[in-house]
Amino acid sequence: MILAGKRPAWARGLKPSDFIATAVLLTITLAIPFIAYEQSRGAFPDGNIAGTMSFYTAFLVTVGVFALLTMGLNIQWGYTGVINFGVLAFFMLGAYTTAIITKGDPQGDFTTYIGGWGNDLNLIPALATDQWLPFVIATAAAALAAGLLALLVAFPTLHLREDYLAIATIGIAEVMRRVVIEERWMVNGSRGLTGVPQPLGGLVDQSDYKYLNVVIVGIVVIIVFFALERAVRSPWGRVLRGLSDDEEATAASGKNVFAFKTQSFVVGAAIMGIGGSMYAYAFSALSPDAFTHLFATFIFWAMLMVGGSGNNKGAIAGAYVIWGLWTISLQMQGYELGDVIESRMPFIRGLLLGVAIVGVLLIRPLGLLPQERRVSAWVERRVKKERSTPAPPAET
Amino acid sequence: MATPQTISPNLGDRLRGFQRSAGNIAAGGGLWAAIIGFTVWAAFAERDALTVGIVLGAILALGAVGLTLIFGVLKFAHFAHGDSMMLSAFIAWLLLNGIIVGERAGSETTLLPVTINDLPGADSAIWEFSFGYGLIVAMLLTAVLTAGMMVGIDRVVYRRLRRRKSGIVIFAIASLGLAFVMRSVILIFWGPTPRLYTPGIRNRIDLPFDVSVLADQLFILAAAFVVTGIVYVMLFRTKLGKAMRAMADNPDLALISGIDTDRIITWTWAVAGCLIAVAGVLLALQAHLDSELGFALLLPLFAAAIVGGLGNPQGALVGGFVVGITQEVAVTFDFLSPGYKFSVAFAILILILLVRPRGLFGERS
Amino acid sequence: MNSDQRPPILTVEDVSKAFGGLKAVNHANLEVAEGSITGLIGPNGAGKTTLFNIISGFIKPDSGHIAFQGERIDGIPPHRVFHRGLVRTFQIPREFGGMTVLENLMLVPKDQEGEHLWAAWFLPWRVSRQEDENFTKAEEVLRFLNLHQLRDEYALNLSGGQKKLLELGRTLMCNPKMILLDEPAAGVNRTLMRGIVNDIKRLRQDLGITFFVIEHDMDIVALLCDRLIVMSEGSKLAEGTPEEVRADERVLEAYLGGQVR
Repeated sequence: MILAGKRPAWARGLKPSDFIATAVLLTITLAIPFIAYEQSRGAFPDGNIAGTMSFYTAFLVTVGVFALLTMGLNIQWGYTGVINFGVLAFFMLGAYTTAIITKGDPQGDFTTYIGGWGNDLNLIPALATDQWLPFVIATAAAALAAGLLALLVAFPTLHLREDYLAIATIGIAEVMRRVVIEERWMVNGSRGLTGVPQPLGGLVDQSDYKYLNVVIVGIVVIIVFFALERAVRSPWGRVLRGLSDDEEATAASGKNVFAFKTQSFVVGAAIMGIGGSMYAYAFSALSPDAFTHLFATFIFWAMLMVGGSGNNKGAIAGAYVIWGLWTISLQMQGYELGDVIESRMPFIRGLLLGVAIVGVLLIRPLGLLPQERRVSAWVERRVKKERSTPAPPAET
Repeated sequence: MATPQTISPNLGDRLRGFQRSAGNIAAGGGLWAAIIGFTVWAAFAERDALTVGIVLGAILALGAVGLTLIFGVLKFAHFAHGDSMMLSAFIAWLLLNGIIVGERAGSETTLLPVTINDLPGADSAIWEFSFGYGLIVAMLLTAVLTAGMMVGIDRVVYRRLRRRKSGIVIFAIASLGLAFVMRSVILIFWGPTPRLYTPGIRNRIDLPFDVSVLADQLFILAAAFVVTGIVYVMLFRTKLGKAMRAMADNPDLALISGIDTDRIITWTWAVAGCLIAVAGVLLALQAHLDSELGFALLLPLFAAAIVGGLGNPQGALVGGFVVGITQEVAVTFDFLSPGYKFSVAFAILILILLVRPRGLFGERS
Repeated sequence: MNSDQRPPILTVEDVSKAFGGLKAVNHANLEVAEGSITGLIGPNGAGKTTLFNIISGFIKPDSGHIAFQGERIDGIPPHRVFHRGLVRTFQIPREFGGMTVLENLMLVPKDQEGEHLWAAWFLPWRVSRQEDENFTKAEEVLRFLNLHQLRDEYALNLSGGQKKLLELGRTLMCNPKMILLDEPAAGVNRTLMRGIVNDIKRLRQDLGITFFVIEHDMDIVALLCDRLIVMSEGSKLAEGTPEEVRADERVLEAYLGGQVR
């Protein structure tokens, strides 16, 4: 359906221009963090290893967290064609759920929130469980909460036309933001929550925690990536891809459209919840001001569209490229751009993201990394095995 | 022949069956009774909120009619509607006084050499209003410009997607992308600080039955009334309008009967653009000019269109008032803080989707 | 073959469906005998495709009953109609363009364990075994339909006729009892069509599948069907063997009337 215009050319093989484009993009991509760092050199005197390292670790952690959220969106939109314009809601729910579970009791007059079970969750006081068990529980709860919210949104809207869900997700994002801001007693309102404990934080020196942070986020990204790959490159994922191609034909092939769409929406939302959870650990402070439509919904759409809808590697690549370019533009003050541009840089970034989405839709709907040709990993393996044996090739 | 036997429904069917019967009860007048009852109650208990609700409802109705027209003819949900309203409100601001943000954030500079306020007496207040005839001129000019802008966007983006036979979801995403482009354009030129068209005092007018409104709000109601009248005549009395409605009802039939779909689409954008501009300026007059407002506005707009049944212009008109009034009156309740205004619109939307997805005026599904 | 002796596998009883003011199907009554190849013909707008949509669960009828193998199927969703062994094709082929031809077919089989998330995650060996089975079966179907050389091609890149074949192939992936074919010959070239006709006959012979076919091409109809039902203005007009129907004055009139209008 959607990719109708483009797929044949791709399917017939790569053109030389594709290779050139890929090479250029690859070079730029790999260079991103270095460019960004070069620009910010002024901030770190030469030889300041600690400064350099905090720059790279912060960059990687952010990319990791955003990659999780983009992968969640990829299940929903990339694979199934279900629109979610309210990533913010699931992201925020995941982050706040994590914070109120892992934090201790509220301290001081200006802090009120529910939960604060962190100290009680050390259920088995052995093997330093206080360093990891509460965090595992909190992340699982974040995924669960986001999944349940998705179920709640899906029920009235998913059997209607696709755009109703899109509208409903905008609504749930608005409600989530409002509840967080208005209900002071719940999660401390617009003051936000600070001091979210960090997993395994007691095991290393605080100044070295940034390395551990990268490792933890990296491991979660890897686990989620492989779990999702396994799920989507299976008959389950095949039905989802069928849905994004043609819903009626999928129904005529005996698949329960509503059930599969709901599953996809809920799984995607749960991944977003995990992403939110990781965000809470990585940045240790939450404020409703940080969860804007631009920064908590829209940027993930840009990442997914640019990276390649329907490809988890594309989702990660998109998060990397977009965040890399974002970081570069944040460091622009090293150049003489003039006040006119500089004072408007945040808004220009927003503009470019919007242009990127529309541009990708118009020019290269497949994104950087298109979907795999074969959905099922088993079929892939089988066909490869056949190719390697001297049997006559099946390809025309 | 074999006697057909009943099949025991599974849980999903049962739930959906329940949903349908609930919808039918609602169709039997439950929803209407609730709406009318609520309004009458508000007329006694919360008169001020009701007045504001009606004013806001008129604005929402204008926006929702445009939204529903686009949905009817082009079959996709236009997620840039709220942001285009705000952008056109800012265009009107630019035409009025030519001001944009200067080199540094916070400073100001003039962009246009000649502005509407340079006309003699354009900014001296008429009657009890807070503005002069300049605003009306600006509104009309903006309507033309916005119509042009929407047609232009259709040419550059949506038409190319149509040619490629893209699915409705692609259109939705493209319009979301454009929404953020528009919002960023507002921020680049006018910054994040909310603005007002005129700094003057807003005069209150006392009406019978202990009702008091701002003079500007009377203007909003009058303007909305006039524009609605024009759109009504256009839709129901002209050939073009009939063709639009025919295309909304049955695109295939419309194609067969020789309607030039490209022309109809262009005109739909033009009409929707005018509605967007008027609704945007009126909203900015009622509230203020604010880049943040555009996206949040999508909820009441879609709620209004869905309450009336997507694609049904008369329905959207009623829906606008239903949503506007409910939203304003509901936040006077003690348990709802005013911050939940748009959440109320969302609640209405979900309620309608649950009991009557085709809206108040839709057929039974 | 005398299909009159057999019990009906599908019964459509007094089914009506209106779109706005237009009565697409108007008190339709008809039966399809088990093991037959029954044709459904009639002028444009007679309600044939709408009837197919109602039978297969895509549209809910306003009134009336449909029974398949003695059980009511009206008002149940398409995927459950499918699970009873009643499958359909579409008039305009609806392939999954973004998937290979092979996986278009492999999507179809029912009871795939890999369609459950937990199995995809935790029972890979069982999914693997089923995928192998379905792979073999899909290859068989592709050979049967002469599409094997296109196995790894995106379905989107197939020609109109090949897509029609793919639609037919999809219905064969699930051991159906009855197949509704909506214009299987439209856009397919003559030689290929003769192939399809033979395929359909072979399937009926070998597997005992009942076919209910909408078709405009009278030559194909005569070649393929052993019984014809003529629809006009939403209800059944006539019924009989192709020869009988051809001789029927009312049928001629309906077609001519349809053309004049």
